[in-house]
Amino acid sequence: MMNRYSRDQIAARVAQDIPEGAYVNLGIGLPTQVANYLPADREIFLHSENGLLGMGPAPAPGDEDEDLINAGKQPVTLLTGGAYFHHGDSFAMMRGGHLDICVLGAFQVSGGGDLANWHTGAPGAIPAVGGAMDLALGAKQVFVMMDHQTKTGESKIVQQCSYPLTGVACVHRIYTDLAVLDVTPAGLKIVQMVDGLSWEELQAVTDAPLLPL
Amino acid sequence: MIDKTFATLADAVAGIHDGATVMIGGFGNAGMPSALIAALIEQGARDLTIVNNNAGNGETGLAALLKAKRVRKIICSFPRQADSQVFDALYRAGEIELELTPQGNLAERIRAAGAGIGGFFTPTGYGTLLAEGKETRLINGRHYVFEEPIHADFALIKALRGDRWGNLVYRKAARNFGPIMAMAAKTTIAQVREVVALGELDPEVIVTPGIFVQRVVQEAI
Repeated sequence: MMNRYSRDQIAARVAQDIPEGAYVNLGIGLPTQVANYLPADREIFLHSENGLLGMGPAPAPGDEDEDLINAGKQPVTLLTGGAYFHHGDSFAMMRGGHLDICVLGAFQVSGGGDLANWHTGAPGAIPAVGGAMDLALGAKQVFVMMDHQTKTGESKIVQQCSYPLTGVACVHRIYTDLAVLDVTPAGLKIVQMVDGLSWEELQAVTDAPLLPL
Repeated sequence: MIDKTFATLADAVAGIHDGATVMIGGFGNAGMPSALIAALIEQGARDLTIVNNNAGNGETGLAALLKAKRVRKIICSFPRQADSQVFDALYRAGEIELELTPQGNLAERIRAAGAGIGGFFTPTGYGTLLAEGKETRLINGRHYVFEEPIHADFALIKALRGDRWGNLVYRKAARNFGPIMAMAAKTTIAQVREVVALGELDPEVIVTPGIFVQRVVQEAI
């Protein structure tokens, strides 16, 4: 039985890589948890694509405002110094390369950094994309956080994505419950693994080839 | 004297014709002009093409317009949600056409229409299903996809305050698509919480100047 990082540990590990002053978009779902691990003494600007910079935590019960929500349509707050803006400006921030980091979930990432996270392609599935394709290409660094394998044990880090792509060669770093991996021109480089795991064991559960340690 | 304010919601939505392309502001329910949508349902226009980020939540607002079978086609980025049951049923029954566009392309296509741009190249969507059949170009070593503007006959938007010249300010994140949709439509109809006298809106903070707005109506009269 392998050691695995918990979701909270993955979120805390991502938070370590976000420096003071960074403009950051945290995707819907698991990436939202990263906010819980950003140290209070580090000033970081959270962007929400519906038109917020300086997004704060959820309001106290009873203080919710239907006009102040995040991209997941949950109530949030605005920090002192935060700003509101329209969708054209908000997506110019994303598409114009102004965000330093975005953190996204994924179905699959390829060894070359292709990302699949918007659509299973299953027959009858109603497609919905939102800002996923803009975020995948617009930020200076794209981090993905996800489980290393599917519930049935298949690798989510693949030689080639079988799900429809969100973006081509756009992922920079992958955080999973087993490892942290950098996508480099030479291939996937191991930054960190859970305690007790060997290169061979990680490669055995990773479809895409890993660079030697 | 120029007065763009309308006495009633019904007056404000008069003239929206069958087959019109109508932009509707809002991101989910934040910024959704529900009073104008209710007036549009009452008014009766059908066979509409709707532009919105989503495809309705719950049973009210845009979802109610869909449920009344007034919408032929929807252009949006994120139709499928936990509470998009009205859209889901119409889509599965083949009773509504969907043009899915990445959210940033949706915003920029609207903005482009408002700014007189005939289209633009963007890297968003390159190499994906949503770029299939579209023109591509390699620019400085990066792949781009050509996207066309989205023009509208009407835009229905929600703002906090407006004056008789059509100047608008918004409230918090309810601003979202309002300012760009106002630019992209031939006739922009703004539902405001309060109509104020000229001069009450600080010119330094007006978000949508009145040139982009043709009709202003107070949401609760």
